[in-house]
Amino acid sequence: MHELAITESIVESVEDRVNGARVLRVALLIGKLSGVVPDALRACFEICAEGTVMEGAALDIEETPGRARCRDCEAQVELLDTIALCPCGSANLAMLSGRELKIRSVEVVTCVPPADAPTALKRD
Amino acid sequence: MCSTCGCSDGAETRLTVFTGEHKAGHSHADDGHQHGDHHHDHSHGSHEHHHDHDEAHAHSHEHIQENPASRTLQLEQDILAKNNHLAEHNRGWLEGREIVAFNLMSSPGAGKTSLLERTIRELGADIPICVVEGDQETTLDAERIGATGCRAVQINTGSGCHLDAAMIADALKRLKPPSGSVLMIENVGNLVCPALFDLGESAKVVIASVTEGEDKPLKYPHMFRSADLMILNKIDLLPYLPFNVDRCIAYARQVNPTLKVLQLSVLKGDGMDAWYSFLRQRKAAQSVTA
Repeated sequence: MHELAITESIVESVEDRVNGARVLRVALLIGKLSGVVPDALRACFEICAEGTVMEGAALDIEETPGRARCRDCEAQVELLDTIALCPCGSANLAMLSGRELKIRSVEVVTCVPPADAPTALKRD
Repeated sequence: MCSTCGCSDGAETRLTVFTGEHKAGHSHADDGHQHGDHHHDHSHGSHEHHHDHDEAHAHSHEHIQENPASRTLQLEQDILAKNNHLAEHNRGWLEGREIVAFNLMSSPGAGKTSLLERTIRELGADIPICVVEGDQETTLDAERIGATGCRAVQINTGSGCHLDAAMIADALKRLKPPSGSVLMIENVGNLVCPALFDLGESAKVVIASVTEGEDKPLKYPHMFRSADLMILNKIDLLPYLPFNVDRCIAYARQVNPTLKVLQLSVLKGDGMDAWYSFLRQRKAAQSVTA
C-alpha cells in the first residue's frame, strides 16, 4: 500500500508550500503507468488530510496516458499497460510519459480567515 | 502510530544496531516521516503570541492578495521530490566514501537474507560488507547477519511496506559503514512498493526464485523495470519444478530490455562467482567515479 506513503508525501509537500493557508483543492498528475492507483490515493488522502490545512479539500487527479518511443523502429506508441510491445514487435521502448507523479497546483483560501482558524489547525 | 493518518510513520519505525559482537538495542522514535507541522516556523505556536479576534491577522501569507475567495498556486512538484532529494543526499554521502550500495528487493522467501549470509561468508574477508535489514517486525534477519560477524542495522517499518530514503539516512548514521565498503540494503519483502522509492543505492537488485511463478516479472512489472540486475535463485530445485527459466527471463526482458540476469543457488553455491564478479565490477566502477 505505497499509496499511503505517497499521500503522506503529498500532504507534507503541500503544507510546506502554503504557509498555513487553508487548501480547497489539490490537483495531481498521475501517470497511468506510475504504479499508483488513483482510487487508493483518494482514500488515503481523506485520512491523511484530516487535521491539516487540507482537511476536506477536493482532490483532482488527472491521469496521463502511457506513451513511448520504440528504439528499434522510432514509432511513437501508446501504452495501455506496462508490458506493451511496439507494433513492430520490439519491447525496447523508451517511456515518454505515463509515469508522472506530480502535484500540479493547489487552490488556497485567500480571504483573511478568523484569526484562530489557522492556529486551530496547528498542533505544536 | 501516526496521529494524523493512523499509518505507521517514523514514530513506529524502529532501528536496531548489530555490531556483530553484541546487540545494542535502540529505540527510534523520530525522523521517519514527518507530518508537516514541524516544518512551519511561523509564530502561531509561541506562547506569548496573542490573537485578538478583532485585530488584523498577524500571520504573514505572502501569497494572499485582496481577492476574497481563493487562488491557485502552481506547484508542478514531484510527489516523491522529498524522498528523491534525500536519496540523492545518501548517494552523495556514499559516493564520497567510495561505498557501493545495493538495494535488494524480492517477495518474502526468495532468499535475500541467505544470499547475504553466503556473500558475507565468502566475500567478507576481501571486501568489508555492512548490511541494512528492512522488515516490518523482528530483528531476526539482522541477528542472522550479525552472526556472520558483519555489522548490521535492523529497520523495522511497523506496518510500513517499504524502506525510504529517510530511513536509510538514519541507518547510515548508526551503521557508519567504512570507506570502500559494500553496503547491502535488504528491503522489505514486497514486489510492489519498494520499486517506487529511491534509497540512494548504486544498483537495484531484484531476486526471484524458481519456486515462484515464472510470470512474476509480468505481474510486478514496476519492480522488474526498476531493477539493474535480476537474480534467479534456487536453481538447484529446477529438476523438481515445472519452472521455465527461459520464459521467466523473456518476461523480465519484456518489461526491462536491458536487465542483467544471473542464475544461482545460494544453498548449493552454483553461480555465486558471477554474483561476486558483478559486485566487484560495480565496486570498481564506483571507485573510479568517486
